[in-house]
Amino acid sequence: MIAVGEKAPDFSLPNHKGEQVSLSDFRGRRVMLAFYPSDFSPVCSDQLSIYQEVKPSLDEAGLEVVGISIDHSWAHRAFRKELNLDFTLLADFHPKGEIAERYGAYLPDYGTTNRSLVLIDPEGVVSWVYESPTPLEIPGANLLFDALEDTDTA
Amino acid sequence: MRSRARTSSSTRSKTLTPPELTSASVPPVGPEDHIRGEGREAILYLDLACPHCAATWAQLSGLPLRLVFRHFPVASKHPRAPALHAAAEAAALQGSEEAFWALVDSIYRDQGRVDDPHLWERASGLGFDVERFDRDRRSTALAERVRRDFEGGIRAGVVATPAAFLDGAAVAGDLASELAL
Repeated sequence: MIAVGEKAPDFSLPNHKGEQVSLSDFRGRRVMLAFYPSDFSPVCSDQLSIYQEVKPSLDEAGLEVVGISIDHSWAHRAFRKELNLDFTLLADFHPKGEIAERYGAYLPDYGTTNRSLVLIDPEGVVSWVYESPTPLEIPGANLLFDALEDTDTA
Repeated sequence: MRSRARTSSSTRSKTLTPPELTSASVPPVGPEDHIRGEGREAILYLDLACPHCAATWAQLSGLPLRLVFRHFPVASKHPRAPALHAAAEAAALQGSEEAFWALVDSIYRDQGRVDDPHLWERASGLGFDVERFDRDRRSTALAERVRRDFEGGIRAGVVATPAAFLDGAAVAGDLASELAL
């Protein structure tokens, strides 16, 4: 897993429309990369649904959540529609898991992204990380707000 | 429940609006809660449009439990859920807690007909003042009441429904089996 304090590796991945999105596009904002194993799996569906439910509070707090999995853009498009998601999902599809690997969030034995969260500050530095003990364990939406509180300078 | 996350003070960023959904213990049982039954107290976070909740509800019905019902509508998965939870609260305003449970039981028995014409029919069949029920269920106050439960669940780490807490601790595994112990 990438360490707190490291420069977050930049990337350019297609979103659900096939448009390239780069980490540098979020410069100046706080962004939470949410690596998850697979579109449409029951556990991932629960995780992203819960994040969607608190999206107004995340927006208010100035946090952009970006989901990343090894699924294709077309799968992301269908998954967003199925769950009424309106945040960005990126396809780490080809080369498979390359970006997740750079963040230490890839499970080569399973061929999928590991369930983990990486908070990147406005300057592009990793400020908080969380790795689920098992891919079946969902980091609750409360942890997103804990991350903000833990890294805030208030 | 705090995260096992790693953080750093060296990468602090600008101050933002203080978050309101940080981790916290499950809210204690209070006067606002809907409670039914006798036995061990179980706090349940439920979604009235969730089929897993309906199955669990049926399994729990015969157990000696003091059930505390908490609203946890997940609208992205079940767009009708917030309206159903507001309807349950509106039922409670019909004059007795029995009306709340009657509507909850009715919805969990049949989650297939919950749009307005069918909901009015249910309300009428349960003896509700349908005009008042319809007015109450659309009120901001009831939407906020439902949201309070939801946010309490989020802060306690609820990530899916059904979810349960015994003695303040989240129950893992199959709820009906665990609560039957």
